Amino acid sequence: MPKHPIYMDNNSTTRCDPRVVEAMLPYFTEKFGNAASRSHAFGWEAEAAVEEAREQIAAVFNAGPKEIIFTSGATESNNLAIKGVAAMYKKKGNHIVTQATEHKAVLDTCKRLERDGFQVTYLPVDKYGQVHAEQVREAITDKTILVSIMAANNEIGTVMPIQAIGKLCKEKGVLFHTDAVQAVGKIPLDVEAMGIDLLSLTAHKVYGPKGVGALYVRKKDPRVRLEPQIDGGGHERGMRSGTLPVPMIVGLGTACDLARREMPEESARTFRLREKLRTGIMGKLPETYLNGHPTERLPGNANISFAYVEGEGLMMGIKDVAVSSGSACTSASLEPSYVLRALGVGDELAHSSIRFGIGRFNTETEVDAVVDLVTREVSRLREMSPLFELVQQGVDLKTIEWAAH
Amino acid sequence: MPYSDKVLEHYNNPRNVGSLDVKDAAVGTGLVGAPECGDVMKLQIKVNPATGVIEDARFKTFGCGSAIASSSLATEWLKGKTVDEALDIKNTQIVEELALPPVKVHCSVLAEDAIKAAIKNYQEKQEVVEAREPAAVG
Ligand SMILES: Cc1ncc(COP(=O)(O)O)c(C=O)c1O
Repeated sequence: MPKHPIYMDNNSTTRCDPRVVEAMLPYFTEKFGNAASRSHAFGWEAEAAVEEAREQIAAVFNAGPKEIIFTSGATESNNLAIKGVAAMYKKKGNHIVTQATEHKAVLDTCKRLERDGFQVTYLPVDKYGQVHAEQVREAITDKTILVSIMAANNEIGTVMPIQAIGKLCKEKGVLFHTDAVQAVGKIPLDVEAMGIDLLSLTAHKVYGPKGVGALYVRKKDPRVRLEPQIDGGGHERGMRSGTLPVPMIVGLGTACDLARREMPEESARTFRLREKLRTGIMGKLPETYLNGHPTERLPGNANISFAYVEGEGLMMGIKDVAVSSGSACTSASLEPSYVLRALGVGDELAHSSIRFGIGRFNTETEVDAVVDLVTREVSRLREMSPLFELVQQGVDLKTIEWAAH
Repeated sequence: MPYSDKVLEHYNNPRNVGSLDVKDAAVGTGLVGAPECGDVMKLQIKVNPATGVIEDARFKTFGCGSAIASSSLATEWLKGKTVDEALDIKNTQIVEELALPPVKVHCSVLAEDAIKAAIKNYQEKQEVVEAREPAAVG
């Protein structure tokens, strides 16, 4: 067992790559200029750094540098994309199409728009967590102004068929936004080939700093216009005012540059480690289930339910391993993950789920240690589980009248 | 949220994990909670019919660390108490002993429910036994 705690929650956030930190540092001290200062060298230097970052980011998904708008992160990018389109195109229509397992930054933005008179269709997903272009086609009306479907899901790692959806949106003349937070640097993205008009990303999921992100806004065919959500000095083509956080932007740019260069090798490596973890755990423990798509999923993500064992209890047993659970054992909310629910995973198995997120800095030794630890701890907790005991005795748990509390 | 040392201690070394014979007339079994809610506790007591003292207690719990610790602590407290004394155990005492944060109070409530359910089951069995006795004699 490695001495230090093992971080295996890379869908939640990632450690900043030391190369990213190194690139950022001079922009706090010597190169501290305001990128909007046109009158002196401090400003020019900062501006040059920002422009380089735009190119590094755009290159990840075949966009142009002028199509990148800096934000504080993907929550803001999603808000700006959806609310910005809604406000700008409301004369054209008031209908938005999205789907059930989007991040709250999309779902709650849509809910607010509903209160403001917009109509939103939340498409259901199949048992693997995918939504299909045909469903989008059926949902689009002559009032539809935007389709927002994520590129990959943060909990279950399922990759969405965004190319087919983007193509359909082009055909229908509806704008297409994708939350690509989890996909950037993990799977290939191409705004041209995939028909993407708006794309959200954030630095902290690609080994960059927290608190900076970007929104890709298509400039031609069609030129997408957004109603700004923050007013001020008119930065970022007027779409997002505020002095640019140059060190953070340099961090995001460097992180994207590394992600683009290293993706083929890195994704192959995290995939191999993920498969080692998945087969290691599931091969040793009966009644474990992989949530999400068996093949169309992010290379580093494994979301597994361990029947008869509660997720939070299990996390405590493997406390030197940082992971997440779809369980929510708090008095405020006894509801398990809405994402797993949308897939039709029963509440009981949702409470038993653990999300493993393997990333750039995980090693094979760590994977081996996690397989051993999880196997041991699940077995121990099953011996302690009244549900496991009942099933061993041949009782069907569904026949018991549980007193819900 | 960090767990208290006492929760960790019970979680790592749970007391009295296991099962007693449900069919034994001296054993009371309580099964509370629901799998869909993320916690289920099975708590059992074995009572000496002559003295009314709980001589053994066992639990099995599906739930978070605080739920496991609450039931483990409950079994510890039950042993040696009379049934009447056991009925006085309050969830707030469990909260205090384990330093449970507000979001985990429901784990202690469930443990109290489990104690009450086990005692009720035991008492119902006694009534059946008493009801049967004359018939058996006669
Ligand atoms: C899919 C997805 N969208 C949006 C976000 C929000 O990003 P940020 O933390 O940069 O606001 C996250 C991560 O938390 C995410 O996983």
